[in-house]
Amino acid sequence: MPFKQFLQNIWTNSGMVIIYIIMFAACSLFVPCFFTLRNVIGLALSVTTIGMIACTMMFVLAEGDLDLSVGSIVAFAGIIAAVTLNKTGNVYLGVFAGIASGGVCGLLNGTLIAVLNLNPLICTLATMQIIRGAAMIVSNGIAVGIAVPEFFALGNDSILSVPNPVWITILIFVVFGVLLNNTSYGKNVLAIGGNKEACRLAGINVAVMKNIAFILQGFVCGIAGVTLSSRMTSGQPNVALGLELDVISACVLGGVSLLGGIGTISGLLAGVLIMGTVQNVLNLLNIETFYQYVARGAVLIIAILIDRVKQRNQAAVAS
Amino acid sequence: MDEFLRFENITRTFPGVRALDDVSFGVRKGTVHGLVGENGAGKSTLLKILSGAYTPSEGRLVIDGRAKVFSRTRDAINAGIAIIYQELNLVPEMTVAENMLLGRWPQRGFFLDKRRLRRQALAQIDTLLENIDPDTKLKYLSIGQQQTVEIAKALLHNATIIAFDEPTSSLSSRETEQLFLVIRKLRSEGRIILYVSHRLEEIFALCDAVTVFRDGKRIETFETMHEVTADVLIRNMVGREMKDMYGYRPRKKGDTFLEVKDLKGPGIKQDASFSAARGEIVGFFGLTGSGRTELMKNIFGAVGKEHGEVLVGGAAAKITDPFSAIDQGLCFCPEDRKREGIMAVRSVAENINISSRRHSVRAGIFLDKRREGWTADNFIQVLRIKTPSRNQPIGNLSGGNQQKVILARWLSEKIEVVMLDEPTRGVDVGSRYEIYQIIYQLAEEGKTIIFVSSDLPEVMGVSDRIIVMCAGSITGEVDRDDFSQETLLSMALPRE
Repeated sequence: MPFKQFLQNIWTNSGMVIIYIIMFAACSLFVPCFFTLRNVIGLALSVTTIGMIACTMMFVLAEGDLDLSVGSIVAFAGIIAAVTLNKTGNVYLGVFAGIASGGVCGLLNGTLIAVLNLNPLICTLATMQIIRGAAMIVSNGIAVGIAVPEFFALGNDSILSVPNPVWITILIFVVFGVLLNNTSYGKNVLAIGGNKEACRLAGINVAVMKNIAFILQGFVCGIAGVTLSSRMTSGQPNVALGLELDVISACVLGGVSLLGGIGTISGLLAGVLIMGTVQNVLNLLNIETFYQYVARGAVLIIAILIDRVKQRNQAAVAS
Repeated sequence: MDEFLRFENITRTFPGVRALDDVSFGVRKGTVHGLVGENGAGKSTLLKILSGAYTPSEGRLVIDGRAKVFSRTRDAINAGIAIIYQELNLVPEMTVAENMLLGRWPQRGFFLDKRRLRRQALAQIDTLLENIDPDTKLKYLSIGQQQTVEIAKALLHNATIIAFDEPTSSLSSRETEQLFLVIRKLRSEGRIILYVSHRLEEIFALCDAVTVFRDGKRIETFETMHEVTADVLIRNMVGREMKDMYGYRPRKKGDTFLEVKDLKGPGIKQDASFSAARGEIVGFFGLTGSGRTELMKNIFGAVGKEHGEVLVGGAAAKITDPFSAIDQGLCFCPEDRKREGIMAVRSVAENINISSRRHSVRAGIFLDKRREGWTADNFIQVLRIKTPSRNQPIGNLSGGNQQKVILARWLSEKIEVVMLDEPTRGVDVGSRYEIYQIIYQLAEEGKTIIFVSSDLPEVMGVSDRIIVMCAGSITGEVDRDDFSQETLLSMALPRE
């Protein structure tokens, strides 16, 4: 019985991680070229943008909100970084400007949603378009080539043969993992998603907490945007279209509740990796892009179904 | 005896739990049959089996001599069973008539027959002695009226067996009277009524027979109410003798600690002033809508006040929001636990530590996990909170245990004034008693207790002094020696 309970605990607490481990093992066995250093590093690199932003998206979802503007912020931050680099020739200034511009976008979202109490879905649907428009306006609608080669190291060099963007993503996962599990801020965010009014009556400043989540989201989108423009050696106004849905999908795959209040960093990591691995395997198997869309959608639905079965079992045990 | 409905050897198990254990009893036609027991005793599970939401693991239902198996709720509805739950199953944005005929629309060919819809609804409302316009949207009705709509809906489905689950918990006393009239009328028509309530006086006022549950078992069925007293029921429910439900303990009163002067805000019509001393339990009594909750929320800073001041320990307290109130030693347990008290999906430990962790975090934000775990375990033990572990989501606990967690949240803070708004609503008899004991102990430690309740016997049983409110104003104040139901009620009832 204790052993069964032990297994049950692992399953309820980190079901998605187990599923990913099984999936990874199966892919290594059955998919040719999957378990090679080059492919695994390529896989890690392919999930960096989604992975970075999924960390903060989890906070936004966990507090019961939603942010559709992340793709636009990534593009905007990349453009701002490119333009600043070309104007000043200073790498640090360019990176700083890009990340800061993301933070400003986050502050805009946070103020509209947390302070003025607008509906997050509609509000970020609007800012998604506004910020994308701003990116187009600044860049004149065309790619901004970057004339400062030192900047390209950020996105293209490697440390210990692991590309920099992967290191950045790992760092962000660690930071937000600690923030979620070991700080009062993380617990407050989860509690707000659990019951906003109860939190207010427990003395928590809900508006400030929410605003912080959106600002953090903006900064991380800024980091992702700057990294991406370094990889592409240019700022592109049309980059990261539809990214918001990929990020939210990864969060849902990782067991983050869209109703708020539930989310774990290990589950999120599994969710991001499942998304990336499915894509990677489909590429390795040479499956056409059209079919890949269908497969990715199917994976998402299967994940939600697994989650529901899990929750139903839990509810039955509890009642 | 013509038993129309019979539960035969009903058992329902969940992994690790026996929610119902070999329950058998019968219900006669044209009677109101009460079901009583503490939370988790099995009443709700029994209703869910009757409604088809759960299937019994063993045993069966016999209706009118025929064994029935319900695998879906629709089967039960077709067999003439209706359950009126505490939370009503209605669509707020639809009209009364639409709600009543939801899912069985009268049609003319492809189209909705709106005239017939309205006529059928109106006819059914009339039989329930109510005066409700079938074209108003449901959300504009009072809770009592909404309940009538639910009953009317059941009758339109030709329900012969109607079960009520705590129907009066959010009704005013006038609405309760109205509901009783309706239930008695249904009984006289030969229907079977099952009635679940924590309020024993309702059981005595309404029921012809009563069955007591404890720990999933049927303990006793009384076929007539002649020889039954409240003491007998309570003894059967808790399985032990309980002399005094409230167990009041007199104690010494300290200096005046909390003073409220000329406070006015939303829901408070007339400037409110009162004071409370250290070690004193001040009861606030009033009917629903009397402004009690609004006054408490106002003192706590949860709603903006127009004017007035709050003095804590003789000094003016600057309270602008709940945080500043907590910082000055005030706390508030809200009436609507589910909406304002608990974070249902989060664990017991997190629900306890949500506020007080500000005293233990390092560098402003880093948690002291060991200490938080210790705090949670300590309160689980001291307050005897029934939970498998501190990591259990609080939503899985019973109402009484949830209330204890909320109390633990504030006991772990540095508080001096405890404001409790209907702390025993939806809480079973055993846990109630324990909550009263916690309250007395706090008072003995010198805390100031504000105890808000619309349950008159309770507020009289627990308080040292009662302040009565009515229609947004304080209408009277009575010391414990002068408590009488008549005086208090006359102060609480609106005049003209």
